Amino acid sequence: MEGADRISARPGPVAVLNGALRRVPPWVLYIAGAVWALWLFRLGLTGGLGAEPITELEHRYGELAINLLVAGLAVTPLRRFTGLNLMPFRRAIGVLCFFFVLAHLLVWAVLDVQTLARVWADIVERPYVTIGMAAFVLLLPLGLTSNNWSLRRMGPHAWRRLHKLIYPAAVLGAVHYVWLARGFQMEPLLYMAAIIGLLALRLRPASRATRP
Amino acid sequence: MAHRYKSDLTRDDVTPKDIYLNRRQIMAGAGGMLGAGLIGSRAQAQDAWDLTLTDYEDATSYNNFYEFGTDKADPMRHAGQMTTEPWSIEIDGMVDNPGTYSFEDVVADMTIEERIYRLRCVERWSMVIPWNGFELADLLERVGVQDGAQYVAFETLARPEEMPGLRVPIIEWPYREGLRLDEAMHPLTIMATGMYGQPLPNQNGAPIRLVVPWKYGYKSIKSIVRITLTDEQPPTAWNTYSAREYGFYSNVNPNRAHPRWSQEFERRVGGGLFARNIPTLMFNGYEEEVASLYEGMDLIEFH
Repeated sequence: MEGADRISARPGPVAVLNGALRRVPPWVLYIAGAVWALWLFRLGLTGGLGAEPITELEHRYGELAINLLVAGLAVTPLRRFTGLNLMPFRRAIGVLCFFFVLAHLLVWAVLDVQTLARVWADIVERPYVTIGMAAFVLLLPLGLTSNNWSLRRMGPHAWRRLHKLIYPAAVLGAVHYVWLARGFQMEPLLYMAAIIGLLALRLRPASRATRP
Repeated sequence: MAHRYKSDLTRDDVTPKDIYLNRRQIMAGAGGMLGAGLIGSRAQAQDAWDLTLTDYEDATSYNNFYEFGTDKADPMRHAGQMTTEPWSIEIDGMVDNPGTYSFEDVVADMTIEERIYRLRCVERWSMVIPWNGFELADLLERVGVQDGAQYVAFETLARPEEMPGLRVPIIEWPYREGLRLDEAMHPLTIMATGMYGQPLPNQNGAPIRLVVPWKYGYKSIKSIVRITLTDEQPPTAWNTYSAREYGFYSNVNPNRAHPRWSQEFERRVGGGLFARNIPTLMFNGYEEEVASLYEGMDLIEFH
């Protein structure tokens, strides 16, 4: 029996929360994500994103993606250290993260940079773009295999190994964010710290607690 | 001496007043019926020569004034806290009449005129603003520039209790800028006290700011409290932060890329979600007026 299950079985606020969450189907997250993305796009069309909606929409999608990245990386440590079980939502969080990275990329390429030649020039010449693109390339197979069919076909071992690509992708995403800031800005550094912290928690051997 | 520079167009030639004050509302209203993308293209500049005025609302809600925060809307949100009355400017260094001049005293003898200028930010967005102000040369002549002075240094107010951005060392505070004396004396260089025929809003640098239209926006330092004449190139905020990214001159130059992004294109603020990028002009379109200042200079090295 895993430590986390032991904790959540005990009566208390975490158990109550886990019980409540069990009744929430994960597809609710997909709907919420899609509605959010469309709502932001509509805001951009109607003046709700300020005077320069292209840059703003690009940033909003990117910020949502990195928030979901942090949320996805937090699922396992949360279960281990607090007993809170968000496992049923982890795939939805990951897929939505990929979806917002894709939206961010599309707004950047189509609305912001606007021509293929310049998109390519930016990828080649601008290191923070190169790094962002590298993160996207790492996420691509994860997005494409986040379904039951792929999991069955690959087998859980290979699937899990492939999905460890989220770790380097997360670090690259944070570097991308830090690099594009003008001046010394706290927010990107806090995301970087959160991502490195969440990855560092995984260095602790998972099985130690259950060993005799 | 005022009126040494005359822009080819007056504000009414460029955009009828009811249009530039209401374009946003027109777009929003019509957008619901016809699709905002189609209407959005109506306000779009075809090239950077286009002097269609930026909407007042956009020019006062999309600002970089890091003393109030790094988000574009932060200056609008927080700059109201800044006390601009009373205001004084310390003018010192190599001048005949150094001293602390009140704002009223500074503007008393000056002829305020309107200048419609392009504003090109280093971040690749641009605006067209009708400034109201006077030539910096007039002020410098009044305080008497001494022989040997070669540069003018400027400083922005740094008042932590009114400027939340100062809590974070985003760049070195107070914000500083500088010009070579001949740049400062150029008739295009103005001290603005208003825009769109109204006093400067705080987020745009009230009560008095520099406007140097052929340089990236950050050279046009806001809310000035100190002007110093000197014989040495003064340290400037962004150049001190990263000399590789932000040169002392910072002339708008599509041929010299910022290390992290190209400067070949820009986008006029207010064009909506489908605004097109337009090629950036050398010296922001003021090449004819200012190129002679830099004759023989390598503008890539001295960027």
